[in-house]
Amino acid sequence: MDFKLKDIEQLVNSELTSKVKKTSIVFNELLIETSGEDLINVINFLKSHDKLKFRQLIDIAGVDYPEDEKRFKLIYLLLSHEKNIRIKISINFEIGKKISTITKVYPSANWMEREVFDMYGIEFNDHPDLRRILTDYNFEGYPLRKDFPLTGFNEVRYSEKEKKVIYEPVKLEQNYRDFDFESPWEGTQYIKELTEKNSDDKKK
Amino acid sequence: MTKKNKSLTLNFGPQHPAAHGVLRLILELDGEVVEKADPHIGLLHRGTEKLIEHKTYMQALPYFDRLDYVAPMNQEHAFTLATEKLLNISVPERAQYIRVIFCEIGRILSHILNVTTQALDVGALTPSLWGFEERETLMTFYERASGSRLHANYFRTGGVHQDLPQKLIDDIGGFCKTFPKIIDDLEGLLTDNRIFKQRNVEIGIVSKQEALDHSFSGVMLRGSGVAWDLRKSQPYECYEKLNFKIPIGKNGDCFDRYLCRIEEMRESVKIIIQCISQMPKGIIKSVDGKISPPSRKDLKDSMEALIHHFKLFTEGFRVPAGEVYTAVEAPKGEFGVYLISDGSNKPYRCKIRAPGFSHLQAMDYLIRGHMLADVPAVLGSLDIVFGEVDR
Repeated sequence: MDFKLKDIEQLVNSELTSKVKKTSIVFNELLIETSGEDLINVINFLKSHDKLKFRQLIDIAGVDYPEDEKRFKLIYLLLSHEKNIRIKISINFEIGKKISTITKVYPSANWMEREVFDMYGIEFNDHPDLRRILTDYNFEGYPLRKDFPLTGFNEVRYSEKEKKVIYEPVKLEQNYRDFDFESPWEGTQYIKELTEKNSDDKKK
Repeated sequence: MTKKNKSLTLNFGPQHPAAHGVLRLILELDGEVVEKADPHIGLLHRGTEKLIEHKTYMQALPYFDRLDYVAPMNQEHAFTLATEKLLNISVPERAQYIRVIFCEIGRILSHILNVTTQALDVGALTPSLWGFEERETLMTFYERASGSRLHANYFRTGGVHQDLPQKLIDDIGGFCKTFPKIIDDLEGLLTDNRIFKQRNVEIGIVSKQEALDHSFSGVMLRGSGVAWDLRKSQPYECYEKLNFKIPIGKNGDCFDRYLCRIEEMRESVKIIIQCISQMPKGIIKSVDGKISPPSRKDLKDSMEALIHHFKLFTEGFRVPAGEVYTAVEAPKGEFGVYLISDGSNKPYRCKIRAPGFSHLQAMDYLIRGHMLADVPAVLGSLDIVFGEVDR
């Protein structure tokens, strides 16, 4: 597996050169970092290349790093059945930037992009049907952004008085408490040692 | 203009017995022929991914039972595999076998439900009555291992929560002897049943290429003739040591998918039997005190165990920074977890890849040109559970 991934890494670097920012293999998973502009080219290349044939899009995962200038990150997970390999492609970009859709390459990207739009407010150019998907009708805000509170803003209940379901601002008897249980000590040395030991064992 | 007047919009669901949950389908009909289907999902959205970001790794686990609540432990499996990969720890052999046993029980649970309710959707009541009796037996095994019939919360990072008593293992073995007869009975009711065949053969056909394009996995992919099962192609746990076959469909229609599920149940039974005979004695979870909690007995007389216990249930364990994707072959297809850790005691991001999400997406293309009465049949064969679609 290792050998194969390294081959692909080399192939990608030599064929796509400037379109790829960085490649890395961590935990036996190959990650290709690229930019929003080159994404389509990279994906097209991976899908159509004879030695790769990444013909299936597994998922699109969004991540939010509010402190970074390029706040959002999208990770595209691809799978090649013929070669039995997986690959990850990531792009970083700032808030407000529009990403080009990959629905033309992979039809199944439709809902996945809708989900990313719903959860993070990332918009996709030329998407055939960019609507919210998982959240409620008329929902406002982007729930998976880190600045969105866990408890949300509105709650729903049936009002006996009005005889209908109503929305009202969240009222909690007690605010949600996010306890920080993390110990201030750098106590993870033990785990690090263990990790090293385990990887040594594997090599043997 | 005249054409436009003919089309009728029909709202199917969100509460409909054949919708298998809270699905709202907006169907555009031309007479009885479906022209377009627009599934509205998210009515069961609970924000699982957001909640997990606020919980420690151990607290996050029970959320996975609530995704595909028909086969809970398969979901837990994907998450524990992801944390184990990040922590770089291995699982004791006995725990691997226990996990596989319960994953296969989950597969049978899910397939029984799917096959029988699909039959129910097209008009056969008896299979569900017979099948649910077996499901109850299986859920009793869940209960005897974990304490609850459905939301097991049994797997742990580095192993499983508790060892199985010998009596339970014997009973599971006993079930494996009687269950093939039940599958035969179900098949006797359905496989050659004229009505069942009329409703399923050549309905919802998926070609190989389309199955790939629409990100299908599991039975949806195998029903169309793609030989792909993660248990074989990217084996995890002890699947490599087990001997089983992967049934592949030919035509990619609803009936082939039904046949695949029936065969998979038989294979699952074989896997469980092998697991029981091969299962070694030994520990069932990691011995690392920083990851798995100490036993009740140690708690009484070891100070270190007490500290570990306290730390684990307040702070939890910390996971080294990194990003991993792990997938398991859940009954419905490839269930994956993309886990990002920032080195703290809580996941930074946990993206859940649910097979049903992509399957339901293809509903529009699958149902186009079919009759309205085929909607439940196709929906049934997609094997949708809204817990995982909506997350």
